[in-house]
Amino acid sequence: MGVMVPFNPVEPFLRSERMPHIWCSGCGIGTTVNCFARALAESKLPLDKVAIVSGIGCTGRVAGYLNLDSFHTTHGRAIPFATGLKLANPELTVVVYSGDGDLIAIGGNHFIHAARRNVDIKVICINNFIYGMTGGQVAPTTPVGATATTAPYGCFERPFNLPYLAESSGAVYVARWTAYHVRYIAHSMADALRKKGFSFIEILAPCPTLYQRRNKLGDGLETMRYYKQHSVIRHGANTRDVNLHFQGEITLGKFVDIERPTLQQTMEQRFRQVLRDRYAG
Amino acid sequence: MSPPRPSAVLSGAHFMDGNHAACEGAIAAGANFAAGYPITPSTEIVERFAARAPLVGATFLQMEDELASSIAILGAAWGGAKAFTVTSGPGFSLMMEHIGFAAMTETPSVFVNVQRGGPSTGLPTLPAQADMMQARWGSHGDYEIIALCPNSPQECFNLMIDAFNFSEQYRNPVLLMMDESVGHMTEKVVIPPADQINIFPRRHTSKAPSEYLPFKPASDDVPEMARVGEGYRFHVTGLTHDEHGYPSMEWQTQQALVGRLVGKIRAHADDLTRTEEKQLEDAEIVLVAYGISSRVALWALQEAREEGLRVGLLRPIVVWPFPEKRIRELAQRVNAFVVVELNYGQMVREVERAAAGRARTILVPHAGGAVHPPESIVKVLREVGSWA
Ligand SMILES: Cc1ncc(C[n+]2csc(CCOP(=O)(O)OP(=O)(O)O)c2C)c(N)n1
Ligand code: SF4
Ligand SMILES: [Mg+2]
Repeated sequence: MGVMVPFNPVEPFLRSERMPHIWCSGCGIGTTVNCFARALAESKLPLDKVAIVSGIGCTGRVAGYLNLDSFHTTHGRAIPFATGLKLANPELTVVVYSGDGDLIAIGGNHFIHAARRNVDIKVICINNFIYGMTGGQVAPTTPVGATATTAPYGCFERPFNLPYLAESSGAVYVARWTAYHVRYIAHSMADALRKKGFSFIEILAPCPTLYQRRNKLGDGLETMRYYKQHSVIRHGANTRDVNLHFQGEITLGKFVDIERPTLQQTMEQRFRQVLRDRYAG
Repeated sequence: MSPPRPSAVLSGAHFMDGNHAACEGAIAAGANFAAGYPITPSTEIVERFAARAPLVGATFLQMEDELASSIAILGAAWGGAKAFTVTSGPGFSLMMEHIGFAAMTETPSVFVNVQRGGPSTGLPTLPAQADMMQARWGSHGDYEIIALCPNSPQECFNLMIDAFNFSEQYRNPVLLMMDESVGHMTEKVVIPPADQINIFPRRHTSKAPSEYLPFKPASDDVPEMARVGEGYRFHVTGLTHDEHGYPSMEWQTQQALVGRLVGKIRAHADDLTRTEEKQLEDAEIVLVAYGISSRVALWALQEAREEGLRVGLLRPIVVWPFPEKRIRELAQRVNAFVVVELNYGQMVREVERAAAGRARTILVPHAGGAVHPPESIVKVLREVGSWA
């Protein structure tokens, strides 16, 4: 992909002193980072007040490459770290950027609870259907039939439908894109940056080194062709109906965009109502 | 981050148990964030904090588990808060990864463990002191820890303030290692006026972002912290990192970083050491005990003295770093150390190591679930006395 080509308008958003990055060529993660930089520009947010939090994994390395206050935490725990950061410093815009295994396997409990509470954080999940960093093990997103190093005969467990999980847990903004849909990703990220509450964007991205190669799906470009040919954009689709299947049709779009008071708001409202002038908030 | 609001500090004399006193200690120390997951016998601390928080400008969140609460406090700390979490036994086990993360990222934070009987679910409502080595070594990799052991509700209050101060001074996680007995014992607790409480402020940098390196240590090996959201654009990672905070997989970086993390505490072990000592002047036998066991040991000391045995008591208040220098000094002139603890032999290993064969070291073990019968200690003292 044309990931971080020298000079482009996203450069000021990156830590150029940390280049080259660690990602494989053709990896979809860098593409999404490029989109995120564009979204930051589009959002016009003061960058000093944007913090990024990642867990562990190939995607977990995103925090270290963005020229923001950044936190590379522990595997699965980016969301509760971000929750503490946001509550302690409400003027920050807090973005969690991590992988499918990190956010949904080891971190799945935190994911559903943060959505339930409507913590005002923006969660970007790079779903490559696999554990990249550790060498291609099966994930709770791996489609049935796809193989992984720890599912050598093909995955036989039903994967999560992430938008449905996010919506039913309480997210106020839910969207899904692929790494091919860069303009949509950037707009969607800018939307989420402006949105108050738990916002979730799933981005399907190629891991040519492991997932694509193992499953004989070609290189990064081949995957982009698949994304292009097999995606349909259905904004507002019922998230129940957006399951993914191995090399099947992909439903994309902005599925959820609703208003609901954030954790901070419900907390303050409750204390003000019950404690009145004793509330020191 | 600010010192406590004077109105938040409940100055005056109270009757309260150790758990409630620990909570008031945190508030008096200026804690304005706590996250926790309920577990006996520690829960009263967060229950009280949940009730007090909105009245004193603090935030409490009951998280979905201890993994979440132990890292929510670290996020809050980087957000500028003074933050702590509270747990016991099984929850302490779940927090280990984040104690290491806090040590590696030098995040000021306080973890309270009200110890109960273990292993596993063990004795939820009954005392033990069997997490002492876990407190020191429980997270993977090399690091140093600071841990304090109160033996009264008053000390739960006082040491909670010290725990916060040490965590800020050394930028290290600090553990308050209580036990069920001390947590649930009610005594008089005197809370001083707010202006008499010393607060070690966060070591915020005054350097401009262009001159600032997030993990370059000051003269005492502790780096200054940047405020989030102020344009420093700093990076924090649990990976081995250089002074920029950027990952580096070189052994030289590992040596520089881990060497400094360990060294910043070891070099100040003397400053950190705090003990209470009773009747050591002429002692031939030294009881070593901490937390609730020190009170039982004191009872045994008095009994033994009445019988003419020359017994003294050394109570480590700061248990990690271990007061090994003091043990070494005493080992030159006493016959024996008798270590009383609610476990099958943990801190006794430290005593024995520091005594280095110059004095005998005897353990009075107990599985936990109750405190030692004082008579069982006196019996050992008599026997050790007869060896002389
Ligand atoms: C507690 C813990 N368990 C396991 C690991 C090893 N580990 C590192 S990254 C990872 C999986 C990452 O997968 P994903 O989140 O999908 O990220 P990707 O690399 O695919 O972007 C695992 C299991 C770890 N670092 N910590
Ligand atoms: S292993 Fe896969 S996910 Fe990781 S950098 Fe390489 S292509 Fe990307
Ligand atoms: Mg993955």
